Order: sequence, then C-alpha cells, then structure tokens
Amino acid sequence: MKRTRILFLLPALILLIVFAVYPTVETIRMSFWSWEGRQMLGFTGLSNYTDLFARKDFINMERFPTSGPPYGALINSLIWMVIYLPMVVILGLVFAVLLRDVKGSFIIKSMILIGMVVPMVVGGVVVRFMYDNSAGIINGLLRFVGLGNFTRTWTAFPDTALPSLILGSIWFRVGFAMIIYSAGLELIPEELNEAAKLDGASSWKIFWRITVPMLKPCTLTVVIMSTIEVCRMFDMVYTATFGGPGGSSMVLGLLLYLKAFFRVPPDIGVATAMATFLALIAAIIAYFSVRRTEQ
Amino acid sequence: MKKSKVAIYIVAWSIGIVWILPFIGVLMSSIRPFRQIVDGWWHFAGFSLTVENFIKVWNHPTAPLSKGLLNSISIVIPATVLTIIIASLGGYAFARFKFRFKGSLFFIIIIIMAMSPQAVAIPLTFEMMRLGLMNTRIGLILVHTTWGLPWSMLFLRNFFISVPEELEEAARIDGASDLTVFRKIVFPIARPAVLSVMILQFIWTWNEFFFALLILHSPDKWVVTQCIPLIKGRYYIDWSLVSASSMITMIVPLIIFICLQKYYIRGVMGGAIKG
Repeated sequence: MKRTRILFLLPALILLIVFAVYPTVETIRMSFWSWEGRQMLGFTGLSNYTDLFARKDFINMERFPTSGPPYGALINSLIWMVIYLPMVVILGLVFAVLLRDVKGSFIIKSMILIGMVVPMVVGGVVVRFMYDNSAGIINGLLRFVGLGNFTRTWTAFPDTALPSLILGSIWFRVGFAMIIYSAGLELIPEELNEAAKLDGASSWKIFWRITVPMLKPCTLTVVIMSTIEVCRMFDMVYTATFGGPGGSSMVLGLLLYLKAFFRVPPDIGVATAMATFLALIAAIIAYFSVRRTEQ
Repeated sequence: MKKSKVAIYIVAWSIGIVWILPFIGVLMSSIRPFRQIVDGWWHFAGFSLTVENFIKVWNHPTAPLSKGLLNSISIVIPATVLTIIIASLGGYAFARFKFRFKGSLFFIIIIIMAMSPQAVAIPLTFEMMRLGLMNTRIGLILVHTTWGLPWSMLFLRNFFISVPEELEEAARIDGASDLTVFRKIVFPIARPAVLSVMILQFIWTWNEFFFALLILHSPDKWVVTQCIPLIKGRYYIDWSLVSASSMITMIVPLIIFICLQKYYIRGVMGGAIKG
C-alpha cells in the first residue's frame, strides 16, 4: 500500500485502538488480577470468575426457578432474551406483513418507529409512567375493564418488575424488526406469490412456505441485533427501576456499573470478570456473523 | 372495499394508536398541571393548559435543561462531524485499497459493533483519567466518535463498493492524488450515504446516556439525557415535570426523524450486522 493511503485509515485506527480495542484487552487482563479498591494487587488466575459465579446478585440458583425474584443479573438478562427475541421477531414480522398493503402505512410505521428514535432514558421514564398505580394508563385500562383489584405500580414489585420492563422494551424497540422485515418483503418477487396463488395455495400456506423462508436472512439480522440490544440494556433499567426492587430487575450492564462505580470500595475484579463475559458474547456474535457473510 | 380489508385497516390503525398512546400521555402530562393528571391524563375534567412545567424544567435547580441542551449540542455536533470525516476516509480505504490485516481489522470492527459499552467502562475511565480527558467534553466527543465509527465505516464502505470505480480511475490517470480523488469525486457522490451517517450518529449521540454518565461528572457539563433521571428523582415523581423534560429531549431526534425518515431508515438497515 502506498504510504499516503495509510492516512485514510490512520485516524479511525488510532481512535478505535485507544478507546475501544485497548480498553477491551485491558478489561480481560484486569479480570485475572486481584484488587483492593482501585489497587491492582497480583495475578489470581480465575478466582474473580469463581467469585462472580458465587455472587447471589449475579446468579442465584437457590431461588431460581422455584421461589420468587431476585434471581440475579445473569438470569434476568437471559429471561429478557428468552422473551424479547421471539416477541420482537413475531411482532416485527406480523406488523410488516399486516402493513404491507395498507394505504398510509408509512404513518403507522412512523408511529411504531418513534421508540427507536427517542432516547432509551426517556423510554425508561415512559415505561415507569405507564405502569404507575395512579397516573399510569395500564392501570387506568385495568380499572376501565373492571379489573380494578389488580392495579398497582407494576415496576415496584419484585415479581412483576422485570416482566414489565421487558414488555416495555419490546414496545419500544419492535420498530427495528418491522423495518427490516418490511424491506425484506419488498425483495420477495411478486411472481412467486402469484404462482403459488394460481396453484391454489391459501394465503396462510403462502405465508409459511414462501414468506417466512424467504425472510430468513432478515430474521437472523433481527436476532443478532436484538441479542446485542439486550446485552446493552442499561438506560431503560437505570431510569425505570434502577434494578430494583431488591435487584429483581437488575441486568448485566447495570450490575457491572454498580459494582465498579457505585459500590464503595469498588469491586473491580468481579466487575471486570463480568465485562469480559460481555466481551466474549460480542466476540461470539461477531464470529458467527462474519462466518455467515463469508459463506 | 372487502370486509377483510376493512378489518386489516382497523387492526393496523389500532396498533399504531396503541403504540403512540404512551407518548400522547407524555405530551398531555407535560402541558397540563400535575394535579390534573395525577389520577390519569385521560381524565379531561377541568382541563387547562400550562407552560409552567416547561419553564420549571428549563430552569430546574439541580438539572436545568437549558444548560443540558447546550451541553448536548456542544458534544453532538463535533462528534457527528468527526465521525463523518473519519468514517468516510476509513470506509473508502476499506472499499478500494488492499492492505495487510484487512480481514482481521474487519473482524475487530464487527466485534466492537457487537460489544456493550459497559464491557470497556472500567479501563476506559482509568485511561481517561491518565489522559486528562475525564470530565471533559473532548473526552466524550472522542468516545462517541470512536463508537460511531464501526457501523458508519461499514455502511460507507458498502456504499463505496456499490459505486463504479471508472470515474476515480480516470482522475487518477490524469494525475490526481488519492486525497484529491476522494475530496473532489468520491465524497460528493457519497452525499446521500453521508447524510444517513450524519442523521444516525446525531440521533445516537444525542440519545446516548451511558458514556456521558461515565465521563461527565460536574453538573455544569451534564447533557440532556443525564438531566432526566435527576428530574425524575427516586421516590416522589412529578410526572408533569418528567414529561416536560422528556418532551424537550425527544423533540430534537423526532424532528430529524420526521423530516429525513428515508435516510434514517436506510442507515438503520445498512448499519445492522447482517445475519
């Protein structure tokens, strides 16, 4: 490569190395050392990791699944994924198919997309507001349909805080799946559907035999991006519940932050072990998506 | 119209309305006095409008939005401009030049795209302290730029690959340097793609909360997203104030989205990691 051509890449390289690659490598290194406050003491091998998995706020197998929350941040994040991924895929696909032939659908799509565009901090506030006992619309609706006995501030109780936030995040972010599927639908050749119709296939059959298989790449994109999204979940939990009550809605990102920056003295060893865990997930996602594009 | 078609229309519009209902709640609560909405903003008895909520959050004692907005602007604009320049240069190099370690660099970029910011938070703050960037706007601008680079570089690279190379070749034969070719030919052609990057990076940095929380500590530097949790408080929540601050914060990305939706959607789709 000619020397001047390096200059094209150099600014990006410097920034990426200084503010992303170096801290990642450093996180991994730090996780193998023992810490006292912000002092690095000595190499300890995997003891931060064994420590981490012994922490009840990370994973609490004594309570999960037989007794109530808190289950720990790892289990909470996994529950989040197990509910969030299928719901986003299904709702996104249904919305895209439903809105395909509706006139003025771009207005409806914009309404659904608002959650993608506004800050997740606001998302957390709005979710908390919706679930509020007196001022929230969800309890208002419950009273309206005669279920007034069930009203409460849904985010303030250990057994409902996490599910409430998960549903809130789905409401907020489903627009992404919808636009990916909408774009995918436009790529399916019309002749394919026409031909199937001529052969007497019902629209139900067309949906399952043509639409869904043709949209498989879109589904993969949605699943990958949603997994990243759930791993990054922070702002919404921070503003809506701050992980509470009693850690019942705590997620990985927030627990890491609290351990490293909120707790006195900070628990750097365990926090960096968690961070390494998150970095590992990112590497796995990256590995599979790169391998897939190469194929 | 057929009956089934009518049903689809009703369902579609109902979904749209259900989806914006919470935002309508925010709007209603922000323009009405708190005592009117404390039992639900959908009760319209004694309805009256007020701008008091907006004035209160604008001059909020601990987290004034007037200050927060200025701080956000002073960070978002440089972070967006820097990202555009650096990402288009880098994306162009990825699209046109051959160099060593291209494959591994590509892989690293994808990893960063998939990474949670929380994963780097601890060493990043140590590093920022050593570099004297802690609690500085420059520090946050550089971090926002860095974390906007992976997707914007890939997005622009894909764009450049889709553009035929002949024009650039012709200019090179005429003796133009790489930089001249880039400035005079490539960058102008890339304007729609650059617009997408601009919109997405602007909205992303405007909405970003975690890095700001990590880096900006003094109250006079707080950005808008940092003000909202403070206005909300932990125990007693004045929903009218919270709604007014949410409205002010949301309105900027919303206006950009409504005006430039096409470019926004293109950017979102192009910036996603393909399965």
